[in-house]
Amino acid sequence: MLNEKREFYLALSIQHLNFERRMNLKLRIWRQRDANSKGALVDYEVKVNPHMSFLEMLDELNETLQQKGQEPVAFDHDCREGICGSCNLFINGRPHGPMQTTTCQLHMRHFHEGETVVIEPWRAKAFPIVKDLIVDRSAFDRIVQAGGYISVNTGSARDANEIPIPKIIADEAFNSAACIACGACVAACKNASAMLFVGAQISKLALLPQGKAERKATGRENGGSDGCGGFWSLLQYRGLLG
Amino acid sequence: MKFDSKILEGPLAEKWTKHKFTQKLVNPANKRKYDIIVVGTGLAGASAAASLAELGYNVKAFTYHDSPRRAHSIAAQGGINAAKNYQNDGDSVYRLFYDTIKGGDYRAREGNVYRLAEVSVDIIDQCVAQGVPFAREYGGLLANRSFGGAQVSRTFYARGQTGQQLLLGAYSALSRQVANGKVKMYTRTEVMDIVMVDGKARGIVTRNLITGKVESHAGHAVLLCTGGYGNVFYLSTNALNCNASATWRAHKKGALFANPCFTQIHPTCIPVSGEYQSKLTLMSESLRNDGRVWVPKKAGDKRKPEDIPEAERDYFLERRYPSFGNLVPRDVASRNAKYVCDEGRGVGESGLAVYLDFADAIKRDGMNTISAKYGNLFDMYAMITGEDPYKTPMRIYPAVHYTMGGLWVDYNLMTTVPGLYAMGEANFSDHGANRLGASALMQGLADGYFVIPYTIGDYLATMPADKITVDRPEFKEAETGVVNLVKRLLSINGQKTPGQIHKELGKIMWDYCGMSRSAEGLKSAREKVRALKEEFWRNVKVVGTGDELNLSLEKASRVADFLELGELMIVDALNRNESCGGHFREEYQTEDGEALRDDANYAYVAAWEYKGPNQDAELHKEELIFENVKLTQRSYK
Ligand SMILES: Cc1cc2nc3c(=O)[nH]c(=O)nc-3n(C[C@H](O)[C@H](O)[C@H](O)COP(=O)(O)OP(=O)(O)OC[C@H]3O[C@@H](n4cnc5c(N)ncnc54)[C@H](O)[C@@H]3O)c2cc1C
Ligand code: SF4
Ligand code: FES
Repeated sequence: MLNEKREFYLALSIQHLNFERRMNLKLRIWRQRDANSKGALVDYEVKVNPHMSFLEMLDELNETLQQKGQEPVAFDHDCREGICGSCNLFINGRPHGPMQTTTCQLHMRHFHEGETVVIEPWRAKAFPIVKDLIVDRSAFDRIVQAGGYISVNTGSARDANEIPIPKIIADEAFNSAACIACGACVAACKNASAMLFVGAQISKLALLPQGKAERKATGRENGGSDGCGGFWSLLQYRGLLG
Repeated sequence: MKFDSKILEGPLAEKWTKHKFTQKLVNPANKRKYDIIVVGTGLAGASAAASLAELGYNVKAFTYHDSPRRAHSIAAQGGINAAKNYQNDGDSVYRLFYDTIKGGDYRAREGNVYRLAEVSVDIIDQCVAQGVPFAREYGGLLANRSFGGAQVSRTFYARGQTGQQLLLGAYSALSRQVANGKVKMYTRTEVMDIVMVDGKARGIVTRNLITGKVESHAGHAVLLCTGGYGNVFYLSTNALNCNASATWRAHKKGALFANPCFTQIHPTCIPVSGEYQSKLTLMSESLRNDGRVWVPKKAGDKRKPEDIPEAERDYFLERRYPSFGNLVPRDVASRNAKYVCDEGRGVGESGLAVYLDFADAIKRDGMNTISAKYGNLFDMYAMITGEDPYKTPMRIYPAVHYTMGGLWVDYNLMTTVPGLYAMGEANFSDHGANRLGASALMQGLADGYFVIPYTIGDYLATMPADKITVDRPEFKEAETGVVNLVKRLLSINGQKTPGQIHKELGKIMWDYCGMSRSAEGLKSAREKVRALKEEFWRNVKVVGTGDELNLSLEKASRVADFLELGELMIVDALNRNESCGGHFREEYQTEDGEALRDDANYAYVAAWEYKGPNQDAELHKEELIFENVKLTQRSYK
């Protein structure tokens, strides 16, 4: 399994290494002034270094735009390590683009000379557009506020080793808990349903004995689903980081 | 200026208990009359906001993120320390205290560090009760691993995502209080200033990042939990939006800034690959267990690593530190990598990298063993660089990672401004001149869950619960200040983007106030930063308007503060005529090039007071008193 995955990554990256230092891309980016304005796709041409990350490519575009006195393309991002869940671009019709990774972990070597890249925001009723590529994902916070917690006040916990939790259950709970709330599942779903996200929240709490007392009250009875385990490959990707 | 750490006399192990007993209390019925403003909802802020709301206080919490769960704390990987001694390997509160004091190169307060170790055990209990899925043994009990600077296994972890899981725990506790109506949450809201009324912090001015609206919020106390300032260096392992504006503006309102030059540089990061680079990615320190660090002996040797024969390689850590070899501490490994690159022996396109080579380990242990240990790290490296570390050595380089300095706080976590507190990475309190791995998460949660709930009452009990309104002139004045700042930034319309100036600042800081510093270099750096600051206010180009979501404006406002803080870091580094922890002054080293502390003259906290624009900051010293540990010099030869 481990080796397969390795081969997978390496095959994807190495084969593109022989690229020229710069390649030409055409970008079609969704620009929208604010929630109430009408938006449109706007064309840009960029020359990119294939080693750049996708967001660095946008950074460079934004620097150029600002130097010309134009407004930068607004997009959400922060950690650039695939963990904060901020970045969320819909690239060529797929959430986070072609590589089954978060947008910030996508590199330009996965595109080719002359390609047109269409960049749009998440499109879902639950996620209204704020500006350009930024959407409002506060619906996720409201879901957690509606019962995504165990009611324990600071200071009233017993010793951590008093409730042993079998490793298998702990691992499973972890898999659900690894959701980064990026919203890709909502953006990818035809019904814009947040079931993967919600499933991830519920199943973590349903699996652990700490969540038991509140199960009935909060609808955690049914166990939930695993979510996507934190944007698909994220888990494999960061699994052993020290 | 008078300032007092407020640590009680008496035996170390009794200080916190005694202190808690001497604290005044606010009775339960009165708590609901007090409004507390929490700025930042990372580990420190979310844990504080939730705990204070549980006690009955009204909390307003602010973050510039779209959700508390996106705070930079989410990115912490390795783990969190606690003196549980579950492994029966000789750990204790005292040992965690001792390791932390020593690891910090004897530049932290004994009392604070002991308390941190003491409450560490409660943190784990609390997090497990919240459902944090820490790693477990097959028997169902909690697992531990060991980390740098310790000989016991006391680090609790949740795969490589410990920060994420701890933050989700704190976020869920916070969400529960939002649902209860005890916390009002303000997201995508940036705190722009602290408002003082009668010499006390009584509120804040915010800017709504979506609409640009500037408004005020009043309360009885303000807690800054706004994270560290590593992004002064432009490139760091911090999230891109991390910034120092809240703490810096508090500093300008009278809060002393302590030990600004103490920054931590992590030796194993993926190197810069080009001008466009936006951030640096950390690679686990554990790689140094099997990887061998080397560069070519000859400067400018551009051959492929495989083509350089053994005799023409310099395994410089093994050569200089025969007994610790590749496993010397973070600061030593980082500094030596810099030296060889300065000599022109760095590798890769930029020349700013050293090899971390696994060829011998693979030969010795086999591909499968190495892959089982480090497979995921190798994958990550391959993904980012496009190179196969099984076939060719990794390239690594040090990167700015954490800031030990921060707002000066007393034992109650209060700054020198009454009613203004600082917690988590934003304060300077517990790590001295160098932080041990897995101790930042511990400190953030200690501050939020187990310190502030006790200490804030002592302050509130002394002040009337009467509310003040934001119609007062103090608030109007502060709002006008913010509006004018926005106007001023937008009106300059020069040639350079805020990003360009930030990059230039980062380069100066990295070159002169990074891994290795000298008086001469620092003096010239100070001139350069001043000139850059002058250029910023004359030549920055901020596009767009003030009443919309404006990334260019947000960036400019943060960079303006980085420029000022950068200068103070340089001034502090210049003042500290010794080498300790992450602060290495070239003039102060032993004969064989190791850090040389000066305990007789520099065993103090350097706390700087803001004196006005373009005025020199004034230094105040808090002497550090060591009653329990003996100060010794480190050696890794
Ligand atoms: C890559 C990486 C790995 C790490 N791994 C570990 C580890 O394994 N173990 C460990 O112990 N430590 C680790 N650390 C360090 C640790 O993660 C941080 O020190 C810690 O999480 C800081 O927490 P905090 O609550 O103080 O601040 P943050 O988590 O940075 O939170 C800051 C909060 O303040 C808000 N904020 C800031 N300014 C403003 C403003 N002006 N207005 C409104 N809101 C504002 C932000 O929105 C955010 O909510 C790591 C750090 C990095 C970079
Ligand atoms: S379930 Fe997966 S896709 Fe959906 S929000 Fe969570 S991490 Fe993103
Ligand atoms: S920027 Fe944090 S997940 Fe992509």
